[in-house]
Amino acid sequence: MSAHTQSTGPLEYRGLQNQMNILGFWIFLGAEIVLFSTLFASYFVLEMNTAGGPTQEELFKIKDVMIETMLLLTSSFTCGLAIHQMRENKLKGLISWMIVTLLLGLGFIYMEVTEFIHYVHEGATIQTSGFLSAFFTLLGTHGLHVSLGIGWIILLLIQLARRGLTPVTARKTFIASLYWHFLDVVWIFIFTFVYLKGMVM
Amino acid sequence: MSLDKLLVDGGPLILGSQIAIGLTIVSILFLVTYLKKWKYLWKEWFTTVDHKKIGIMYILAGVVMFFRGGVDGLLMKAQTARPNMEFLDAQHYDEIFTTHGVIMILFMAMPLLIGIMNVVVPLQIGARDVAFPKLNALSFWLFFAGAMLFNISFVVGGSPDAGWTSYFPLAGKEFTPGVGNNYYAIALQIAGIGTLATGINFIVTILKMRAPGMGLMKMPMFTWTSFITSIIIVAAFPIFTVALAFMTLDRLLGTHFFTVAAGGDPMLWLNLFWLWGHPEVYIVILPAFGMFSEVIATFARKNLYGYKSMVASIVGIAFLSMLVWVHHFYTMGSGPAVNSVFSITTMMIAIPTGVKIFNWLFTMRKGRIKFTNAMLWSLAFVPCFTIGGVTGVMLAMAAADYQYHNTMFLVAHFHYVLIPGVVFAVFAGLYYWWPKMFGFALNEKIGKWHFWLFVIGFNMTFMPMFFVGLKGMSRRMYTYSEGLGWEGLLGFSAVGALVLAAGFAALCYNIYWSFRYASRDVGNDPWDARTLEWATASPAPHYNFAKTPEVSSLDEYWVMKKEGRTNLKKEEITEIHMPSNAWSPFFMCVAFGVVGFFLVFEWFTLAAISAVAIVIGLIANSFDYDEGYHVSVEEVEETERKWRGELK
Ligand code: HEM
Ligand SMILES: [Cu+2]
Repeated sequence: MSAHTQSTGPLEYRGLQNQMNILGFWIFLGAEIVLFSTLFASYFVLEMNTAGGPTQEELFKIKDVMIETMLLLTSSFTCGLAIHQMRENKLKGLISWMIVTLLLGLGFIYMEVTEFIHYVHEGATIQTSGFLSAFFTLLGTHGLHVSLGIGWIILLLIQLARRGLTPVTARKTFIASLYWHFLDVVWIFIFTFVYLKGMVM
Repeated sequence: MSLDKLLVDGGPLILGSQIAIGLTIVSILFLVTYLKKWKYLWKEWFTTVDHKKIGIMYILAGVVMFFRGGVDGLLMKAQTARPNMEFLDAQHYDEIFTTHGVIMILFMAMPLLIGIMNVVVPLQIGARDVAFPKLNALSFWLFFAGAMLFNISFVVGGSPDAGWTSYFPLAGKEFTPGVGNNYYAIALQIAGIGTLATGINFIVTILKMRAPGMGLMKMPMFTWTSFITSIIIVAAFPIFTVALAFMTLDRLLGTHFFTVAAGGDPMLWLNLFWLWGHPEVYIVILPAFGMFSEVIATFARKNLYGYKSMVASIVGIAFLSMLVWVHHFYTMGSGPAVNSVFSITTMMIAIPTGVKIFNWLFTMRKGRIKFTNAMLWSLAFVPCFTIGGVTGVMLAMAAADYQYHNTMFLVAHFHYVLIPGVVFAVFAGLYYWWPKMFGFALNEKIGKWHFWLFVIGFNMTFMPMFFVGLKGMSRRMYTYSEGLGWEGLLGFSAVGALVLAAGFAALCYNIYWSFRYASRDVGNDPWDARTLEWATASPAPHYNFAKTPEVSSLDEYWVMKKEGRTNLKKEEITEIHMPSNAWSPFFMCVAFGVVGFFLVFEWFTLAAISAVAIVIGLIANSFDYDEGYHVSVEEVEETERKWRGELK
């Protein structure tokens, strides 16, 4: 626990512990990549196995998915703006952009939940077929990650409001932003290889 | 699941265990209360974030799990000792080999190795602790929650019984309706999260916390192997996480990942399981290799031969370990092309492994070998493990494997790899690092009993299994008829298991004896060792090093001793910053344990309610801004004087 401190560079990288936390989180994201790759691979194995249930073309509604995609992509952008504000040492800007990010994230979750409810009404549940088990699990895992991210960032906003920008709060916020961007990247893969591919096949 | 089925009622054996478990729990609670030790336990152990204490708790849990898994092994050996035996029925036999396999690999080998890693790695690299001490405690407590949840299965609800590999469709709800396999899915999931966190923790620790001057190629070999193991953990465990999640969903929610009906695919489970499972065996073998390297170098009194080729081979093994998983199911119709590829990758693993074997031999060549117990285990490892390796190459040949597949030959093979590879290493490591952990050595004479009984018993138990396998006995057979020509071999093997058990008993007696009577005056460096963990007191003070060592070479402590740099000057002592104890890891252990238990029994409302505790734990953790505390100069000075005598 040596207290190497450095006084230059971005706030969140000051101190060995902060650097280690950020590195550790990158490695965690590596594990997350393996996790999502496994989910994707399993989905590809099972995507044709509709077992007489609904198929991709019958199910997917491109308009809703496009809206979800736009919401999440924009939220990634606003999250970047928030970190930019943090680097400029503007707490208010950081908090405001983070709130925008959260609202967009909530919008995404709302759309996704309604999408799922719609599917279930069409008779496409997680028990219907191998395809749908894999579909709901892959998307559900992503959605769960987004929801956890929302909860996490709310906790961080409280801490930011209480403590202001310190190396610790800055590091926590930075790590949360990495997580948020990562979820965005995963979504791009879902959008391309689940939805688009499913509709053209 | 109705309440009246909660406790297993399964004849005298189970009833006896239930009573014994009940009595043990009550007497432990009574004893701790009577001796007024609750506060001590809470402050020094349950809430500790000290890597050395966490390591010791891992080791303790691992030894207890070895006992449990060993008893399972003995029961199986007793059942097959004679033809047509009526000691265990088929169902019991199934449950026992399942819990045996799972416990030995995940709750015996893993915690013992991770425990020793915990104790040794930060000391070897001259660090004060791991990168994330609180996360480290959480790792331990999640492992512990998983292990306990898994272990209660045989008295509460029923044990899993589809093998440690739990292949579908057998492991699905249709063919295994009870709660047993839910235990498998959920307990392993909880423990697995802890293991993943350990992997991340050690990667960062080793990358970021090495003492100044210790470049990557100056790291001790055990640190190297721990590092590569941690990388394999991060790369492989998420696959198992997903596989177990699918299994849980299939069993609890009726999804169709692995069922044949409704578009599931049982082969998906096999692939996912072994994509994790084969790397997993390297996760347990690599740290073991590291321990042998340290022990052999120390007691041959030479530096490790071929250090660079050692590093290259562990990296090579790690890489190849990801590319061989299909060798576990050559017979399941992958076709000759696929089988050939995996045959070749599998055989390729023998190359780096062979390099290591020769490096150890060359390290010993012309060395002035000291035959301590730690060294004996390393010496016995080489030939025994080689038998395991050579039979492994036999199994790697896909065409030949059609003969060996799922026979006792295979069972003999993997015990010849796992027992010399992992268990001997853990014994070597325990004898070697015991003084570091406790400040006294284990008795060498009782240790010899332990050694000879265990090694002879091991060979007696498992050597006959090769031959009975070649004579056609398949694995997981609970009984057989007379006249197959198996009786002699299996009877002999059963006697061997008793010798093996006697060896384990000798270890336990040794631990007991040494705690009571061994000399407390072993100094900080009883073996005249080479690496930094011996540069501080034994047992190490909670802050590890009063002054962070500066490293100039491989085998730094050896060089320090030669150059007379082991002294500490009074002026060099400064305040030391240390992390504070934390309650939340233990709290999470209870929370995860309870939620896991409710999920096993599919009581979803209760599970959801108690999951709130997990959320509370996470929130509390996020708001925790504890910055640790400082050890005063006076305290450090006093501690250092105590073991060094005067400060120069
Ligand atoms: C202590 C002495 C041990 C004895 C007497 C023993 C005995 C056995 C026997 C008889 C079986 C095969 C049962 C059958 O297929 O009918 C078995 C399976 C197995 N053992 Fe051991 N074993 C011992 C130690 C270990 C250790 C140290 C490990 C791992 C580190 C281990 C891992 C396994 C595994 C993974 C299986 C396969 C279980 C399955 O088929 O699902 N064993 N053991
Ligand atoms: Cu394998």
